[in-house]
Amino acid sequence: MQVEKFEYDNRIVKNFAYATMLWASVGMLAGLWVSLELVFPSLNITQYASFGRLRPLHTNAVIFAFVGNGIFMGVYYSLQRLCKARMFSDTLSKIHFWGWQLIIVAAAITLPLGLTQGAEYAELIWPIDVAITIIWVVFGWNMFGTIIKRREKHLYVAIWFYIATFVTVAVLHIVRSGELPYTWLKSYSFYAGVQDALVQWWYGHNAVAFFLTTPYLGLMYYFLPKAANRPVYSYRLSIIHFWALIFLYIWAGPHHLLYTALPNWAQSLGVVFSVMLIFPSWGGMINGLLTLRGAWDRVRDDVILKFMVVAVTAYGMATFEGPMLSLKSVSAISHYTDWIIAHVHIGALGWNGMLTFGILYWLMPRIFGTNLYSKKLANNHFWLGTLGMIFYAVPMYWAGFTQSSMWKQFTEAGQLKYTFLETVTYMKPFYAMRSFGGTLYILGVLIMVYNLYKTVKSGKLIANEPAEAPALAREYVAHKGEHWHRWVERRPVQMMILSLIVVLIGGVIEIVPTFLIKSNVPTISSVKPYTPLELQGRDIYVREGCYTCHSQMIRPFRSETERYGEYSKAGEFIYDHPFQWGSKRIGPDLAREGTGNLKKSDGWHFRHFREPSSMSEGSVMPSYAFLMDEEIDTSETGPKIRAMMKLGVPYDKSFDLIANKLLMQQATSISNNLATDSIRIPANREVIALIAYIQRMGKDITTSNN
Amino acid sequence: MAAIFILIGISIMIAGTFLIGFLWSVFSGQYDDDYTPSVRMLFDNNLNESINIKKSLKQPGKNAGRKI
Repeated sequence: MQVEKFEYDNRIVKNFAYATMLWASVGMLAGLWVSLELVFPSLNITQYASFGRLRPLHTNAVIFAFVGNGIFMGVYYSLQRLCKARMFSDTLSKIHFWGWQLIIVAAAITLPLGLTQGAEYAELIWPIDVAITIIWVVFGWNMFGTIIKRREKHLYVAIWFYIATFVTVAVLHIVRSGELPYTWLKSYSFYAGVQDALVQWWYGHNAVAFFLTTPYLGLMYYFLPKAANRPVYSYRLSIIHFWALIFLYIWAGPHHLLYTALPNWAQSLGVVFSVMLIFPSWGGMINGLLTLRGAWDRVRDDVILKFMVVAVTAYGMATFEGPMLSLKSVSAISHYTDWIIAHVHIGALGWNGMLTFGILYWLMPRIFGTNLYSKKLANNHFWLGTLGMIFYAVPMYWAGFTQSSMWKQFTEAGQLKYTFLETVTYMKPFYAMRSFGGTLYILGVLIMVYNLYKTVKSGKLIANEPAEAPALAREYVAHKGEHWHRWVERRPVQMMILSLIVVLIGGVIEIVPTFLIKSNVPTISSVKPYTPLELQGRDIYVREGCYTCHSQMIRPFRSETERYGEYSKAGEFIYDHPFQWGSKRIGPDLAREGTGNLKKSDGWHFRHFREPSSMSEGSVMPSYAFLMDEEIDTSETGPKIRAMMKLGVPYDKSFDLIANKLLMQQATSISNNLATDSIRIPANREVIALIAYIQRMGKDITTSNN
Repeated sequence: MAAIFILIGISIMIAGTFLIGFLWSVFSGQYDDDYTPSVRMLFDNNLNESINIKKSLKQPGKNAGRKI
């Protein structure tokens, strides 16, 4: 066999590594800022930096910018070496790198401007969604090109994880991005209400699974054995838990919707698969930790191994907690509280963060042909990071459990013991402690950036690292009696198709019936489409990210029906593109805000939007005074109505032509109503539309009861 | 139109049965080499690492080669 000489491309790895460090700092600082906004609401300076707009920026930056670049850094480094081949095309590598950075910059500009789709982790507007699709295809093209021209027959387990990641994220992204544009920046989700919710959490959960978990398991299977210089504990276990993991993960999404208006069978399905998930998840954790069997003494000295051990341990904790949180009885307590915030940060700070840092410390000196500048600083980073995680997570667990207990507490006379506001002000010390933990963690990251900067300065990039390997025999001669599945494992394209099929099964079986079985969405005759003004108001609600703090989904518990009114029904949401059920109650649920005991006057809402704490002492809500100056964009009313009609909302024919007339009528009546409350405001202001929407919420059902 | 989703669903379920067969073969230990790949992946860098060390010895940066 002839030995071929070739070179690994380290420059692209370096670029992604730099981007990882940059966006880690940006994304985490955004997180620190929004956490401080809950302690000091005055930090909501201008509408561009309000909590509702910055929180999506934080989540998107950490997931897609920090972890995304971390994935590509690790994949571009390990894939070349595992395939014994340079990346398929340097041009594609460059397009991938710069395209991804452009997408991140576009996200960082559009989100503070309030351009959002209002779906968690899928907030980015449709032109950016298109760009993501293109760049993702470029990534896949480059990756499969490399795999096809590889010089190593066997596909190491890490590569399988990369393949599964590519395939599933592509499917998830396309399905979730089903949207109907009505201007060149804005669009409505194809799906409405309960279907939108199912698509959202099918996507949302699998974004966790296939963006934050499978690629990182792949990285773990490469970098942990490398750093420890010993083979993974059980290669067989890695094979089994890979297939089990991708098969099970895709079904687990509905556990985000327990006790909501989602059909019960879909909820139960989600629970069952979530519980089963502990086996493949822990398969990965055990495999990672046992790789270090007999080498634990090295963990004491080797800071890189320390990072990795904490990462894998955090993965084990989070994947134990996940199935537990999926149980309906636990979800009844944990949902909408800070418990979930603690849970995801164990995953993000522990698993993704610490593993990325370990990889960076291992990889940067290698591609720069030098040694790490300071082991001591890396150790400091390790302890700051670990303590930061603890100071972050413990107060949040405590806060979540406490707040949930307070929400559910009744007096002996059978009245709710605490107002919602009392439970919010009680949270403030916990929020402050959380910010302290986050600060420690970020300090660690900044120390790492300095340490690696000095490391880079002391070395020189080995842009093209020479390597040699024998060429792969062109034709594979099947040996006698070989098993048929060997054929699959030798062929990346076929493997990709197989993985695609595996992940699609779960998705299709869960989503298709909900679309098709009409009885899943009981039609409530009193539920009417939104008026043009309410629709405009709803879009302002989406734009301002109100769903980041307010749910619109009352669960069938006495503690909730007492506080908020009749529990939510699937049929109430059929005109909601997108659904706005939310996932966190920093503020109270708003599903019945316009009705029953919760009903407040237009004047109350006006004053509350202007200065929330003037109506609710101690409120952490930002001021929305700017809505009193901004005018409703009536030029969009027509396109919005037409888009809604295309999506099946039964407005009358040519309703779009009279929509603005109706809009002004309703706005004027609200404006006149405010005038009787000695508030003078022109009818064409955004706050009027938002008040109209808030006052509409929950009204359909109440009317039918009367 | 919606029927196409059912068709896709059914075809995919059939493919799922194949998957179960695949999993069965994995579980029953028919992977004939489930060890050496895990060791092989450790070796590819040795040559390169020696290059790295030589380079850093030849052109020591400010802190390169320092015992840390």
